[in-house]
Amino acid sequence: MNTAIGTLLVANRGEIARRVIRTCRLMGIRTVAVFSDPDEDAPFVADADEAIRLPGATPAETYLRADLIIEAARASGADAVHPGYGFLSEDAGFARACADNGLTLVGPPAEAIELMGDKLRSKELMADIGVPVLRGVEVTRATTAELADAAERIGFPLLIKASAGGGGRGMRVVRSQETLADAVAGARREAGAAFGRDTVFLERYVEAPRHIEVQVFADDHGNVVSLFERECSIQRRHQKIVEECPSPVVDEPLRARLGEAAVAAARAVDYRGAGTVEFVMAPDGDFYFLEMNTRLQVEHPVTEEVTGLDLVRLQILVAEGHPLPEEAVRPGMQGHAIEVRLYAEDPLRGFLPVTGQVERFHVEPLPGLRVEAGIRSGSAVSPHYDPMLAKLVCHAPSRGEAARRLAAALRRMRVDGIVTNRDLLVRILEHPGFLAGETDTHFLERHDPRVLGASLVPPESAGLHALAAALAGQAGQRSAARVLATIPSGWRNNRSSLNETAYEVEERVIRVGYQLTGREVVAQIDGGPRQAVLLHSCTPRLVDLEVAGARRRYEVLAVGERVYVHSALGGSTLKAIDRFPDPDVADTRGSLIAPMPGTVQRVLVEPGQPVAAGTPMVVLEAMKMEHTVSSPADGRIAQVLVAPGQQVEGGGVLVVFAEDETPADGEAELDTAGSSL
Amino acid sequence: MPVLTSHTDTAAEQYQTNRRAALDLIEELDAQLALARAGGGPNYVQRHRDRGKLLVRERIELLVDQDSPFLELSPLAGWGSRFTVGASVVTGIGVVSDVECVLIANDPTVRGGTSNPYTWAKIIRALEIARHNRLPVINLVESGGADLPTQAEAFIPGGALFRDLTRLSAAGVPTVALVFGNSTAGGAYVPGMCDYSVMVRERAKVFLGGPPLVRMATGEVSTDEELGGAEMHSRVSGLSDYLATDEADALRLGRQIMASINWRKLGPGAARAVVAPRYDPEELLGIASAGLRVPFSPREMLARVVDGSEFDEYKPLYGTSLVTGWAHVHGYPVGVLANANGVIFPEEAKKAAEFIMLANQVDVPLLFLQNTTGYIVGKVYEQAGMIKDGAKMINAVANSTVPHITLLMGASYGAGNYGMSGRAFQPRFVFSWPSAKTAVMGPQQLAGVLSIVAREAAAGAGRPFDEEEDERRRQAVEDQIDSESAAFFMSGKIYDDGIIDPRDTRTVLGIALSAAHSNEVRGRRGFGVFRM
Repeated sequence: MNTAIGTLLVANRGEIARRVIRTCRLMGIRTVAVFSDPDEDAPFVADADEAIRLPGATPAETYLRADLIIEAARASGADAVHPGYGFLSEDAGFARACADNGLTLVGPPAEAIELMGDKLRSKELMADIGVPVLRGVEVTRATTAELADAAERIGFPLLIKASAGGGGRGMRVVRSQETLADAVAGARREAGAAFGRDTVFLERYVEAPRHIEVQVFADDHGNVVSLFERECSIQRRHQKIVEECPSPVVDEPLRARLGEAAVAAARAVDYRGAGTVEFVMAPDGDFYFLEMNTRLQVEHPVTEEVTGLDLVRLQILVAEGHPLPEEAVRPGMQGHAIEVRLYAEDPLRGFLPVTGQVERFHVEPLPGLRVEAGIRSGSAVSPHYDPMLAKLVCHAPSRGEAARRLAAALRRMRVDGIVTNRDLLVRILEHPGFLAGETDTHFLERHDPRVLGASLVPPESAGLHALAAALAGQAGQRSAARVLATIPSGWRNNRSSLNETAYEVEERVIRVGYQLTGREVVAQIDGGPRQAVLLHSCTPRLVDLEVAGARRRYEVLAVGERVYVHSALGGSTLKAIDRFPDPDVADTRGSLIAPMPGTVQRVLVEPGQPVAAGTPMVVLEAMKMEHTVSSPADGRIAQVLVAPGQQVEGGGVLVVFAEDETPADGEAELDTAGSSL
Repeated sequence: MPVLTSHTDTAAEQYQTNRRAALDLIEELDAQLALARAGGGPNYVQRHRDRGKLLVRERIELLVDQDSPFLELSPLAGWGSRFTVGASVVTGIGVVSDVECVLIANDPTVRGGTSNPYTWAKIIRALEIARHNRLPVINLVESGGADLPTQAEAFIPGGALFRDLTRLSAAGVPTVALVFGNSTAGGAYVPGMCDYSVMVRERAKVFLGGPPLVRMATGEVSTDEELGGAEMHSRVSGLSDYLATDEADALRLGRQIMASINWRKLGPGAARAVVAPRYDPEELLGIASAGLRVPFSPREMLARVVDGSEFDEYKPLYGTSLVTGWAHVHGYPVGVLANANGVIFPEEAKKAAEFIMLANQVDVPLLFLQNTTGYIVGKVYEQAGMIKDGAKMINAVANSTVPHITLLMGASYGAGNYGMSGRAFQPRFVFSWPSAKTAVMGPQQLAGVLSIVAREAAAGAGRPFDEEEDERRRQAVEDQIDSESAAFFMSGKIYDDGIIDPRDTRTVLGIALSAAHSNEVRGRRGFGVFRM
């Protein structure tokens, strides 16, 4: 039965909404977006032909509200819904509600969603049809002998896992019988404390595992095809950040086996549309079914680049009841594609999510480079949703070329105003281990993200960037001057000092002195020697500067006190230090401030209570993560200024210590309990 | 406008000689300026810093708009005297919150910032500049008052400081006092006379008499803070309008005040887009003659100073020893009068008078470029009415009401100094090149005149004339006059507003013209222009 889609509602936001809208436009389908209050100015809202507001901010109030979305579809005359990824994309109830309301869901049948959503059942099903799985043996109440027996059958090393929850809690790797019993007991305690259920089981532990997934596609006409594998092993906190197609370690025979297993999995659940079968793969090439994602994946572009297919188009064709086109039934592979996910997060602070305003976002177009961005210059990143800003995908004849071109594009990218993982991504792409294909899921454990994520700009370059910022700044000051604007900048007939400006760069203060005489500039960076530099041209936005014979162009963007400088040396974010610190804005002494904006979840202390250094005091929820704010020192609580449910600003005071027992250091200890996004 | 063509040969021997001499003088100037910057010397500077205080120039640097220019005035005041070069105060024109102001800042490292006769003279000159040009005044106060050992020289004229501050206020020109430390006795009236005052907490001390004096006078026992602390003046007496937490805060408040005064300049803005000269100002050093006997063409100088080197010369064929004409500097129109061959003849005097009247007709400021040995003497000229013609010129200069800016480029002798708007004719600003000489006449001429007079006196009295003694005396007089006519000496006496590096001429004139346009620019009207 063919049902042509006339108007499609995209029940999602950000880059995936834009991605779907783009294909719809190519196919002549009218689009409707839905948007929450914080997203009202987001690019995807403008991209769609029409947009319907979902009042509120949190996902629970907006993008997770199946009823509101179906109502929006009805109101806008949409006859189909594309759920994107996340939110309602794997919600069988939503799939049914769509059907009940006569809406075509661009996605799999509710039954397939349901079946694959149940981890235990889906594994059993896979085992039944001969797809390899890692089977768990429940050992919660096992005797020592039973335990030893179970372990013997599975083989060491093995993993003890809690059946509830995640985030690594209740997990133990055990390498020998001797430590097994203690480890099980420990895991039970931990799971019981964390989740209220102490059910634990054993399964084979795969060392140096790789995350390999297979893109499958099925139609209503009996076609189920594999569109080859993707490798997504490089992850931080169970979140993929680098994905590629093909995997550097999958050869043709292995690819065929993977494809067969994935197709079998899809057939087993009568799948329809786009799906991804995820496997964990051991170094010897053995792979085990993990789960099937019954939706389009974030990383689908790498498959598109290598196969030349438009997966959203295929999804729509299948949803309309068409058979998969010939090029999808007999897909080919060409070249290599790598995707990186650009996140608003700080790799140096445990990948802490960052919110704020993106002052400038610009990626220079390059052949083979594809940018899927949910933001543009001026966009705000709110704490309510996933902090992914954009995906950059590069397709090149070979893996090495793709990695190099993508790294170069990232280096040249302008993303100002917000901390991102860009530098980490560049270092991964340029890492010898990555280039050698050593990309198991422990990559970021072997290679410290705090090292890989450190600024690409060496300290001496930051100094040059500060000088460029100062020179651009003076050009701005001079052009804005209402009197004597044409008199040489900073002119003195009895000079007592260089003109001075100071910036804060990565928690370091850099003082810059300069004296302009035409294009000859005497410059002093950070109290270093005075040096003669040549200023070829200087505007508030662009400084063409020759230092020690090296001439570079420095692009400068000043927004408030922030100054963003880009050059061949990289990008720096500087904070201009006010010549006159406002005397009223002094730190509240002896108080604990929120390290980021968020919602107070729990308050663990009360006034009058003595606390030791490290005592957890307030739990904040921000960007889907819990942050525990602990006491920096021993002391006594004087006041608690927040209550559960309260929204706090970054820098807002949470707790005040008693005057006489002020902790020495006001910086809060911060702990982040990871949860998979 | 016609564009000047330079004929300077930078390879010429004369050029190189001039340049070397000029660089030597600039080096000397820099050395003297360094003395002024050194204030009371390293020990006192260190003591000041140890108290957590900013040096006077650090205060100014923080006060003025970032990257704006600052023209220090009379930096060599007190040169050649027994007082520290700079006279324990810094004055100048700076931009604060986009308002051009006169800044007057005590240097407390020099004898506690006390005022000696040169200090008074320098401050009074700065206030005069503020009054003539209608520039708001910001005082950065930290002074122990009068330098008591020299009070006899300064006490009476020093009253002008208070008079001028209040008259500025009466003229609608805002005055501000930022008090960083002591401001006692007479000094206490500075914040008292200003429209706005800011005092630094725990630092400012403003009282007529301190605890010892009060105890002597009335027997009352009191503390500094009770008598004149910043808190007291901010909360009790109301003498302080703003209480600053520290020095930087006081400067911030000073900027805030200037941002709030709703200042409007009365003169027109720049008339044209600003174009740099077509010739390098660096070459001015080789153009100005090292020896005053060798004249140089002011057109060569103008080609390196005025906008686009454009100069519309008036009466180029008449009275050729004086060059007159129209130009622009930093967009402001100017009428230029420049000595070409030193001497002013009747034609030059009449040409000058006419030109000054023309400028007054059209409200254009005048630029006097002095390099003159004075009015011509001799039978022919006296009989031709040199005095009458010179008087016309001096009359025109004296009664002209457009802003005058005078630059002493070389010789400034005799009535030539007057006719070319010397200091006594109240030009808005007078600046000197380091090679300038100012006197009633040249040292040799003066010594020669004295010698002739002595010889005649001896002859009249029938005394024998001691030729050897005459030669010795002649040399001594020549040396004395030479040193007393030097730019450093004149600048030390505050007979100019500062010696400038010739390469900075265009910049200094630009600042001065812009300052002059803070006031109304209006020429003298009445009669038409007399063709002389």
